[in-house]
Amino acid sequence: MSPVVELKGVTKKFPGVVALRDMAIQIEPGEVHGLIGENGAGKSTLIKVLTGVYQPEEGEIHVDGERRKFASPQDSQNAGIACVYQELNIVRQLSLTDNIFLNQGIKGPGGLLDYKSMDAKATELLASMGIKADVTKQAAIFGMGVLQMVEIARALLKDAKLIIMDEPTSSLGESEVDELMRVVRELRSRGVAILFVSHKLEELFELCDRVTVMRDGEHILTEDIENMDNDKLIRAMVGRSVENQFPKQDNTPGEVAIEFRGVTSVGKIKNVSFTARYGEILGFAGLVGAGRTETMRCIFGDLPVDAGEVLVDGKSVRIRNPRDAVRKGIAYVTEDRKGQGLVLNQSIADNLILSAFRHVTKGGWLSPSKVHEMSAKSIESLRIKTPNADNLAGKLSGGNQQKVVIGKWINSVSNIYLFDEPTRGIDVGAKVEVYNIMNTLASQGKCIIMVSSELPEVLGMSDRVIVMRGGEVMAEINRDDPKFNEDDIMKAAWGERQEQ
Amino acid sequence: MNNKRAKAILGKLAPLLALVILIVIMSLLTPQFPTVNNGMNILRQTAVNGFLAAGMLLTLITAGIDLSVGTNAILSACAMAFLMVSFGWTNPFVLLLVALIVGTLVGVVNGVLLTKLKLPHPFVSTLGMKYVLAGLALYLLATRTISGFDPGVTLLGSADLFKGNGFNGLPVSFLAMLGLFALVHLLLNRTSLGRAIYAVGGNPEATRLSGINTDNVLIFVYAAAGFCSALAGIVIVGRSGVANPSAGMSGNYETDAIAACIIGGASFTGGKGTIWGTLIGALIISVIRNGLTLLNAQSDVQFMVIGAVIIVAVFVDVRRNAAEEKRRRLAAA
Repeated sequence: MSPVVELKGVTKKFPGVVALRDMAIQIEPGEVHGLIGENGAGKSTLIKVLTGVYQPEEGEIHVDGERRKFASPQDSQNAGIACVYQELNIVRQLSLTDNIFLNQGIKGPGGLLDYKSMDAKATELLASMGIKADVTKQAAIFGMGVLQMVEIARALLKDAKLIIMDEPTSSLGESEVDELMRVVRELRSRGVAILFVSHKLEELFELCDRVTVMRDGEHILTEDIENMDNDKLIRAMVGRSVENQFPKQDNTPGEVAIEFRGVTSVGKIKNVSFTARYGEILGFAGLVGAGRTETMRCIFGDLPVDAGEVLVDGKSVRIRNPRDAVRKGIAYVTEDRKGQGLVLNQSIADNLILSAFRHVTKGGWLSPSKVHEMSAKSIESLRIKTPNADNLAGKLSGGNQQKVVIGKWINSVSNIYLFDEPTRGIDVGAKVEVYNIMNTLASQGKCIIMVSSELPEVLGMSDRVIVMRGGEVMAEINRDDPKFNEDDIMKAAWGERQEQ
Repeated sequence: MNNKRAKAILGKLAPLLALVILIVIMSLLTPQFPTVNNGMNILRQTAVNGFLAAGMLLTLITAGIDLSVGTNAILSACAMAFLMVSFGWTNPFVLLLVALIVGTLVGVVNGVLLTKLKLPHPFVSTLGMKYVLAGLALYLLATRTISGFDPGVTLLGSADLFKGNGFNGLPVSFLAMLGLFALVHLLLNRTSLGRAIYAVGGNPEATRLSGINTDNVLIFVYAAAGFCSALAGIVIVGRSGVANPSAGMSGNYETDAIAACIIGGASFTGGKGTIWGTLIGALIISVIRNGLTLLNAQSDVQFMVIGAVIIVAVFVDVRRNAAEEKRRRLAAA
């Protein structure tokens, strides 16, 4: 049997770069094919060649053994290739049915849309994936998990033979990820091929039959997943062995920087108590929606403290708003980089000074030389890859954008740093750089609080871990505690309260 | 690399180039156009729109808009007339101060409506204000047109420098406008408030979470727009010698101001635009109006040409961005 889709010797050049070089990949029917590589490895270009967005200069695309040329995305769709993008293509104001039938409604007599048949078909498609939802309801009221299923249903409606999923789990909660994996397996058993692009190694191991690794636009290897392990994959991706994925250093915790005493923010967190010290990294573990981000927002004055007490440096304080928090020396690297962290259409330099105006003004006027000095220093010390500080922040890759956000807060010269999912969606190399920045800050005596949904990261970097569930603190575990392991933290996160 | 740089500079100068080409065309079409005195006329005709556009630009950079600048200008003018006819106040200093305070206060109200009452988009609140202010102006003066201002009041709009020997003089209103533009330039580029204005337009949430009081930034922007409107109102009184309360709804003040900003490179999505671009935009509009008037073209033709210029200007801008975006994508992929 011929592969569903096969690329042979595909080369795609852009002025100054070869994005894909002699790339080859075969995707068999009914397989889940993992695709992995660092940011900039050429995964996005490969996807765009497959979906007809880009036309390669050299090489061939075969679908079911037949050579095809995709002049446009339409051609690719007609050939049975569909793609579920990381940022979903959902019109939130329209119903689920409208979204599934976005460009190909069922027409009744007179050319009007036949909603009765469309609703029935939409319900059937979702039901075939085990999703029960009222398809006449607006998309906006559903969670990301259901909306992703709607996108998959759209692909199935077109009888897609290959569904490309680009970082499908990055915006999903734990239970939604399980649901997605179930659906992917279901699709596989129906003979649909899946190209599963992910940064998360454990997902590849759990889900994929084979995996292809790319680096610098080239095919590095394609292997059965059974023959691979974490280390082999990482080595193939980065071209070297990442000696230490988590460069943990020994920290010596000092005075208490921030303390919560029974803090409640109605509807968000309940009776939360903890202390965080200078010179340590305090991890916050838990499932999505456990109240960790809400706790950070309470510290940052972005959620009201309805009961309880917050102490900074041993003194009871009321943090009224983010501005107040910044004045009190608190920095917040938000989890949503593009939505809350960066001003994408402003320059890198402007972003880097956004929380540090008082350090770059002279008598009320911005000093261009100080601005330049500050941004040049950040770009150098954080190794932000850009030719010019005047380039727009939106032009940077995810990892470099994250470094700009962190740089903004380092420039604010704060004492307490809140990192919310600091390595989400950035590649392995950039992750290590972010960890090193956190280490440096800790050894400078700053207090670091890190929220992370990736347990290996929490275990790898924290001196102490607070586990939350349903807005409450479930456990506090020291690094030297025997309970400092994935199993015990997961148990706490899932609801087994531990005596403290 | 050098080529790229040249292209970038050329891109930035595109509106200026358009203005130069326009001037050349007008000069070829009519001999009355390229005279010194007509040049001064154009500057004179630019001042009002320039003041309004400066305020409009600030709101556009924050991804907002102020549709009340025109009626605010007229209201500020009518406030002076009201004090003059009802209370016999003639002191130019007091009257001008009142006009500026009225205009600025209206701006503050616009800002508060947006930030504290959380009306969804300033389009709605300032559209409402436009009507309210037009009504207020008519009410204050009982729909009468008032003349007889002290020369001190009309000075800004009517005075010319170096007049004589056949030279009509350099309009003070335009010079004052240039002064304001220089201040706006400094504000936007050399103060932290200015950088915050761009940041709010780009991403208000990220700006707020960076520790900037975005509400205050926005209130300032609308207050500044109101202040600029009041200045425009003062120039209107100076040029015409009267305060006409019905002028607010009959003029094209808002649309001309928006057009100047958009031609000059500002964008409705915020975070973009410069005061010098706005200056060129305002001059382009004046040149078209002036040149076509000299060619005996009526307002029908003028409107069509200005409309076409707006669309072409934005189209060129969109294409330029698309080309840049493409280059960026290609480089990043």
